[in-house]
Amino acid sequence: MGGSAGGCGDSSSEDKAVKLGDEPHVLAVDDNLIDRKLVEKLLKNSSCKVTTAENALRALDYLGLGNETLEGTVSKVNLIITDYCMPGMTGYELLKKIKESSLLKEVPVVIMSSENIPTRISQCLEEGAKMFMLKPLKQSDVVQLK
Amino acid sequence: MEVVQIQRNLVDYTKSLFMEGFLDGQFLQLQQLQDESNPDFVAEVVSLFFDDSQKLLNELTIALDQPIVDFKKVDAHVHQLKGSSSSIGAQKVKNACIAFRNFCEVQNIEGCLTCLQQVKLEYYLAKNKFETLFRLEQQIVASGGSIPMIEMGF
Repeated sequence: MGGSAGGCGDSSSEDKAVKLGDEPHVLAVDDNLIDRKLVEKLLKNSSCKVTTAENALRALDYLGLGNETLEGTVSKVNLIITDYCMPGMTGYELLKKIKESSLLKEVPVVIMSSENIPTRISQCLEEGAKMFMLKPLKQSDVVQLK
Repeated sequence: MEVVQIQRNLVDYTKSLFMEGFLDGQFLQLQQLQDESNPDFVAEVVSLFFDDSQKLLNELTIALDQPIVDFKKVDAHVHQLKGSSSSIGAQKVKNACIAFRNFCEVQNIEGCLTCLQQVKLEYYLAKNKFETLFRLEQQIVASGGSIPMIEMGF
């Protein structure tokens, strides 16, 4: 299997062609169902493979850092995009856990929030977030990530 | 009715929704995400929004009816509703939620109750508008036509 030339101009059937290793794998974390659907579609339209999680604990499990992680289920993820305000563990706390992990600290983490609070933004960036994005997300925001 | 006429009706109707402030630019973002591989994306997301919002409105009614109101809980629900309405471009619902959160912050129960009524009203209006929109789209598709893209000068 040689490197393909990528999808041709109008290729949009993400479920059909199996593109191995080509697409970035993004983990999207958000407790809001509508926002999860939106971010998933935005990322898929940018040719990303997407896994969603509805809270930070599920995300940690998926990443291999949780208490419930099963052997052999840890997947490689190229980017994590998470909402800031979530019940239980916030996106900020999730960011800290990721950056504390030798396994995952190199994975870029993007924080999203509907609230434009400068102290919140600098707090996240200082903790190592790659980017802070304001919700609602648009296509131009996602294009930036690639 | 001619397909062309229904298409024109759809365009006019959609434009009016923007002019009247029911929809904002985020709705256009949703429409742009729709493609042949996912032709019902907008309808699906809006439908999820209806179901989700209905639950939140029920929760809010119950929460505000308690002898001692848990404003943190109320605020959390309104925050969710504000988020989803913002994400689909339902501007009036979103704005009603912003006002609501202000009253939660100062723990003003009367203000909250009034806001809840307002949010419910805006929600039902929005639901109605979206349903009309999708009905027009369905009529066009059923007649073999294609959904016209709206050009807005944003």
